[in-house]
Amino acid sequence: MTKTITDVICPFCGTLCDDLEVVVSDDGKQLLEVYNACAIGAEKFLHSQAKDRITRPRMRQEDGSWKEITYDEAIEYTAQMLANAKKPLMYGWSSTNCEAQALGSELGEIVGAVMDNTATVCHGTSLIAVQDIGIPSCTLGEVKNRADRIVFWGCNPAHAHPRHMSRYSIFPRGFFTGKGHKGRKVIVVDPRPTDTANVADVHLQVEQGRDYELLNAFRVAFKGEKLPDVVAGIPKEKIYEAAETLKSGRFAIIFFGMGVTQSLGKNHNIDAAIAVTRDLNEYTKAAIMPMRGHYNVTGSGQVWGWLFGFPFAVDLSRGYARYNPGETTANDLLRRDEVDAVFVLGSDPGAHFPFSSVKKIYDRPSVAIDPHETPTTEVCKVHVPVAFVGVEVGGCAYRMDNVPIETRKVVEPPEGMMTDEEFLSRVLARVKEIKGV
Amino acid sequence: MAIRVNLITGRSIQQGVSMEAGKEKPAYTAACGIIELDPVDFKKLGAFRNTNVRVTSDYGSVVVKAVEATQGPHPGVAYIPMGPWANMVVNPDTYSTGMPTFKGTPVTVDIAKNEPVLSSLELVRKACKGEQA
Amino acid sequence: MAEYLIKNGFVFDPVLGIRGDKADVAIKDGKIVETNAVKSPKVIDATGKTVMAGGVDVHSHVAGPKVNVGRNFRPEDKLFTYKPRNGIERMQGGFSVPTTIRTGYNYARMGYTTVMEAAMPPLYARHTHEEMRDTPILDQGAYPVFGNNWFVLEYLKNNELENTAAYIAWLLRATKGYAVKVVNPGGTEAWAWGLNCENIHDPVPYFDITPAQIVKGLIEANEYLGLPHSMHIHANNLGNPGNYTTTLDTFKLSEGIKPKSKFGRDQVMHHTHVQFHSYGGDSWANVDSRAKEIMDYVNSHDNITIDMGQVTLDETTTMTADGPFEHHLTELNHLKWANADVELETGSGVVPYVYSPDIKVCAIQWCIGLELALLAKDPMRVFMTTDHPNAGPFIRYPRIMKWLMSEESRKQQFDAFKYKDKVIDATNLAGIDRELDLYEIAQMTRAGPAKALGLAHMYGGLAPGLEGDVAVFDFNPNEPYAPDDIEKAFSNAEHLFKSGVQIINNHEIVSNGNKRTLWVNTKVNENPQVMRDVKEKFLRYYTVTLNNYEVSGHYLPNPYVIEVDATQ
Repeated sequence: MTKTITDVICPFCGTLCDDLEVVVSDDGKQLLEVYNACAIGAEKFLHSQAKDRITRPRMRQEDGSWKEITYDEAIEYTAQMLANAKKPLMYGWSSTNCEAQALGSELGEIVGAVMDNTATVCHGTSLIAVQDIGIPSCTLGEVKNRADRIVFWGCNPAHAHPRHMSRYSIFPRGFFTGKGHKGRKVIVVDPRPTDTANVADVHLQVEQGRDYELLNAFRVAFKGEKLPDVVAGIPKEKIYEAAETLKSGRFAIIFFGMGVTQSLGKNHNIDAAIAVTRDLNEYTKAAIMPMRGHYNVTGSGQVWGWLFGFPFAVDLSRGYARYNPGETTANDLLRRDEVDAVFVLGSDPGAHFPFSSVKKIYDRPSVAIDPHETPTTEVCKVHVPVAFVGVEVGGCAYRMDNVPIETRKVVEPPEGMMTDEEFLSRVLARVKEIKGV
Repeated sequence: MAIRVNLITGRSIQQGVSMEAGKEKPAYTAACGIIELDPVDFKKLGAFRNTNVRVTSDYGSVVVKAVEATQGPHPGVAYIPMGPWANMVVNPDTYSTGMPTFKGTPVTVDIAKNEPVLSSLELVRKACKGEQA
Repeated sequence: MAEYLIKNGFVFDPVLGIRGDKADVAIKDGKIVETNAVKSPKVIDATGKTVMAGGVDVHSHVAGPKVNVGRNFRPEDKLFTYKPRNGIERMQGGFSVPTTIRTGYNYARMGYTTVMEAAMPPLYARHTHEEMRDTPILDQGAYPVFGNNWFVLEYLKNNELENTAAYIAWLLRATKGYAVKVVNPGGTEAWAWGLNCENIHDPVPYFDITPAQIVKGLIEANEYLGLPHSMHIHANNLGNPGNYTTTLDTFKLSEGIKPKSKFGRDQVMHHTHVQFHSYGGDSWANVDSRAKEIMDYVNSHDNITIDMGQVTLDETTTMTADGPFEHHLTELNHLKWANADVELETGSGVVPYVYSPDIKVCAIQWCIGLELALLAKDPMRVFMTTDHPNAGPFIRYPRIMKWLMSEESRKQQFDAFKYKDKVIDATNLAGIDRELDLYEIAQMTRAGPAKALGLAHMYGGLAPGLEGDVAVFDFNPNEPYAPDDIEKAFSNAEHLFKSGVQIINNHEIVSNGNKRTLWVNTKVNENPQVMRDVKEKFLRYYTVTLNNYEVSGHYLPNPYVIEVDATQ
């Protein structure tokens, strides 16, 4: 027979839906069905059951082939690599739980690593902007219950956070928003008329890379001052109209994503967006929220915040934490050959870093901890598969609005497979032995 | 004729689903080893839909399949879903922010009908070994 | 477990009534015991030293989401003072918002052993517990906030005391919380629309209930349940010239109400960081100290306790659930502003602030905090805090001790003010020559807070049976000393024991301890109405499910549960 587990948290993106239902076999070993998840979440749960899953660590041989090794051997290789490195990079930390993040932090302290997470290629520039200007924000429930003006700037939730609009931002009927989407006005700013723009009331098709000008134009428009005829490809009439729409609402929320964090301007774009939100608070209630990508990149930033005082790019190599994006960030370190070993857990830089960085991982002693086979495991010397957090092991994760939710274990991992925490504990113990601490 | 376009990268549902199913599988290549071009740019390029093309920037080069923009029109802007193909050509410069310039890289697109689109693992492996990607 | 005998020190213990006499203190099996109960103890020679129970901080923002916002958005707070790993001490950083590791060590170095997290937003409770778990040495608890909570607003509007009490009991259990905290009652809910409640009769938009009703209702519910601590409040109108009237109005809501708890406290209201709430005048130009009016009331009503909220004249980081106040502050000083409104529950804001001795208002604030303490008739009801980090970092507690104990040091500070004369005109401090002694300090930092928290059976004194939390300071109160010697000695405990384990030996931290997290589990009569309301609100308005809300036990690796039976 089967049993249904409710209130399951989806471990894919920062939306961190917690209303999934998973049907498992009675003995808890097989995952059969997933309900309420989006296509991507469902795939994550179901793929954990794939028959061709790699279940044991493997080491790259001279002739390029993989050879299966034991967890003990993998632990030994990893511990030696980290202990002997002068300045190892320990990267990823976003598709795992806070418990593993904390263990990894302890390990990083002892080996003097640079710790970086996926914010470095995602919302790192947002974090830098927040350090300059702050951030007026709220939880997603405030959006659901109060917001009547929704802006998606440089993000495409229809594709990247598929249930966001139905759970929080456009469709829900909240306490003060009983009319659902009918009581909301939605503005999308994007160089493409995306699928998200198709459900919006207004699409401002900004010239790619010119968001900085357009954001500043909004600030001018709020004050009713003079604008040039066209800014960033948008006619000034449309800018004034959109500004009025925002000012006339009761609660405006700006969601933003890679369109502004990754294009030129980077942190300055976000700075401008936050300034727009601050200004808007003079006329009505306004908040802004980054659309975080991985389901627990936020958690990684929180854990490092309370342990070290910085949310990403934390350099521990001198024995105390230092932070300087551009100097202590993963891609810059790799490009400048400033790290001599690479440890990746809970992310896939092989697929998501520029190739020039990936080549550097290939050139160095490297270990990838990942349940999947990926371009990262392809360039590392050792690949250690682990249980999926949120599926085969529980643990805390933080949503895009920083709300912590505890993920669940719904099914047993494959026989003999370790979790991130188990692997890290063993490596930590071995490193302590090697270093005599 | 070769065209010059402004390349952006990003997520798509197909990228997400195929990624979770396994990046070593063909579905991932089908989802991410592509470049979405506006019809106007296709015309300039002079290629049929679904032809392989070579995308080149100051930073690298990659062969992907050219498809019609699914969220267009956006003449002059081309889109490759985030992944190892896109990352062969994006601007790696972080300008001291830590963030490579994943959105907004000028690229040249040439027809490359007979060149194959490599799978993600093959692509990365060959490039690391210095073989033509 | 190890036995210790701390011999021959000058003991200051308000619980046993020892005012600096030489006495021995014995520790065995984690507790204080009679000196003849130890057989072969390790002897600590405390000759010429001061011995007190471990300090108890009743209000400090050290763990939780807004604290972490303070850390992450202020990398500059880590400059110059980062300490590398040293022995068993892990690396530690942060000046006004220390990392959790540093928080534990810095409190221990001042001889503190129990620190209560001042405000916990229930939806984020898990985060607060994760940070407390990662704070070494100290016993901790956290106060969930209730004063802007939709359930509370609706129940109190309808005068449903039992339902309010049942909800409080439920929430304390779900969040593993310790007490009923109220911040800017009604005002933070108004702030979710960009508005505020500036006095106790200002109704909350939509919910149409006044702060006065909220505060009164929560006091009554707290006593109905008989919780260990009283309702703990940060009143409306914080930080505004003229606000002392709002504070007195708020105090008066407790009149005639007697405490109903088996935990030994005498107060029904604890008002926190009263310094921020004691301003006269009507603008920054004529703001003045109303500490006299405030203390006249506090001195004559023994069912109230307060803590100072002393300004330390540092660059620091303000953080509070008083969202509208933080917005007001950023408009004033134009420094970066973070804000987080929390669905159905509360809000928060974080803004850096520089309390400069060159600014008249900052100097006036400095005076007011000290006046509150120096005008106190009963030091068991007036506690030393800085509302860390709002008025200053907690590492300044020994400096505040110096100011309280030495008129000369206060004169020195006055001389450093750019607008000394204007400051003196607007305050009373220059005319106060009272100097507190270590016994009174012990009342304000140990015995008093422990009693107010309902924890006098565990902390705050050196009576046998209490926790083995003992601090030894290299300070001889009977030899001549300079005021700065006070600050120096009490910043660097020579020895510290927590739950009978030696944490500091010869000024060095030798153990990370085994911290406990305190929370209150209240048994109430079954209340189907409240459970139905809870289910409904989670279904319709919250963005997490009810089953995912409650904080599970493993976030508290070493819990200490205080059981309360409110069924009768």
